[in-house]
Amino acid sequence: MRQSSLLTGVLRGYTLLLFVFVFAPIAFSVIFSFNSARFPTIPLESFTLHWYETIWADPDVWEALRNSVIVSLCTSVLATALGFATAYTDYRYNFRFKSAYLALVLLPPTIPLIIMALAMLAWFSKIGASGELWSIIIAHTVLAAPFAMAITRLRLNQMDKDLESAAWNLGASEWRAMREVIIPFCKPAIISAAFLTAAVSFDEFAIAWFVSGLNKTIPVLILEIVQGNIDPQVNAIGTFVFLVSITLVVAAQVFFSLRQSKGST
Amino acid sequence: MQIDHAQNNAPTARRMDLFALTWRMPIIVWQVLFFVGPLLFMVAMSFFLVKNYVMQETFVFDNWSKMFSRGYFRDSYFYTLFLATLSTISASLLAFPASFALAFKVSDSTRRWALFLLIIPFFTSYLVRIFSWYVILAESGVINGMLSTIGLGPYTMLNTKFGTVVGYMTLTLPLVVVLQTFSLANIDRNLVQAAHNLGCSPWRTVYTVIVPLAKTGLIVAALFCFILSFGDFVSPYYLGGSKPPTLPILIIDTTKSGQQWPRAAVIAVVMMATLITIAFAAITLAYRKRTSR
Repeated sequence: MRQSSLLTGVLRGYTLLLFVFVFAPIAFSVIFSFNSARFPTIPLESFTLHWYETIWADPDVWEALRNSVIVSLCTSVLATALGFATAYTDYRYNFRFKSAYLALVLLPPTIPLIIMALAMLAWFSKIGASGELWSIIIAHTVLAAPFAMAITRLRLNQMDKDLESAAWNLGASEWRAMREVIIPFCKPAIISAAFLTAAVSFDEFAIAWFVSGLNKTIPVLILEIVQGNIDPQVNAIGTFVFLVSITLVVAAQVFFSLRQSKGST
Repeated sequence: MQIDHAQNNAPTARRMDLFALTWRMPIIVWQVLFFVGPLLFMVAMSFFLVKNYVMQETFVFDNWSKMFSRGYFRDSYFYTLFLATLSTISASLLAFPASFALAFKVSDSTRRWALFLLIIPFFTSYLVRIFSWYVILAESGVINGMLSTIGLGPYTMLNTKFGTVVGYMTLTLPLVVVLQTFSLANIDRNLVQAAHNLGCSPWRTVYTVIVPLAKTGLIVAALFCFILSFGDFVSPYYLGGSKPPTLPILIIDTTKSGQQWPRAAVIAVVMMATLITIAFAAITLAYRKRTSR
């Protein structure tokens, strides 16, 4: 018995170490963004807001931020809508080639981003759409829609199948049942999907780098700064990026888990 | 057989109605135009030619024969395969004790919190996290700074395979732990208890009962890890020093500086073919019924 509790202790300690490993880069990025050393190391030098002042005064950062916000917002709306429509189709209908249909929808995140980036770059220049902000939006929507679809589909699983039929029997049209039964029921999932897809888009750098042309987003800007040399500015931008994406992902998870409290009747 | 639950009650269920099409068609149109289209075009592009910096839509095998005759392409291919395999084995082994602990040795609420936390980094700027590792692992970085206070080091960790694998772990460990934990937590506890009652030692229970039962999830986790590592260019470039370059780095170099999109497409198609083969093998393995003994 004592041996097994020792084992449990060791395993828990190991798990804690793994969490330290996973979150160390995020923590150090935040710490170094307030550290005055040009090349960050231990022991720390003095506290400074210099790097934040630098990026605050940099018009390139503002431009990239504007692009990132536009791209994330548009991707979020498009991917959530497409994801919802697909999840509903999967929930309600059976049809021939349905597995091909689902593969078509769910495969994009399993393709390496660098391959998607090259394919998108070539395709967009073929159809004359490269280097535009909306080419990034289109590509990100392909990438993010499966996440929205998965979240909404899980929510629909929680729904009593008779709920929709009951609405029809009471005389509601399919459209009205959709508006007054399905969509309200899925609302937490839809909000969750909107946050998560925004996060996916906000952090994506490979495709954005290839197809963006001159319209850099924040991750592309970071990629270009990092290619130069060590620049603690990156830690300041990085801290900001972490703050945004962690907020989005946490919000997505909070809304998603609402189903447990309210969903189970 | 699954039954279309709405068939009997739906107002207009029989014919292919506007309502159904409204929800079904958008994603088909979107993915055909912007997912299947680009990928097929990329395959076609691998047969194009570039003359005077202009791409000509031909059908020749020049790019293929050029790429396959280059030693660096072959080297790069096997090196990438090696790194991705190393990453997959490392991640699977490093994740397993933690997944095991999260599945069996903690309370339900701790597990929920742990999974909640692990999902965050998966969606959180990988690029910045790698830059952070760059600073941590550098010659005069955090780790060597700490080690020097006890008189050790400095050790070279950047531009090594170790650095690359640290990067891969940053990318893949959270996901692998989440997937492994799900598959372990879904195991029927009675079977584990039975093994225990029959006097099976803890270690033996792990590899004769638990691992086989969780096999599908463990393999799927490893497969995701392989795909992510195989396609990643950030870790081998910034932490591994790109010597030799991996296939994704080769795609970037060929596209960005060489302007040789068709040759980059050859690399991409070879990568896709490799991944499809490996995914197929892994899935077959994952879902194969256990042979009765």
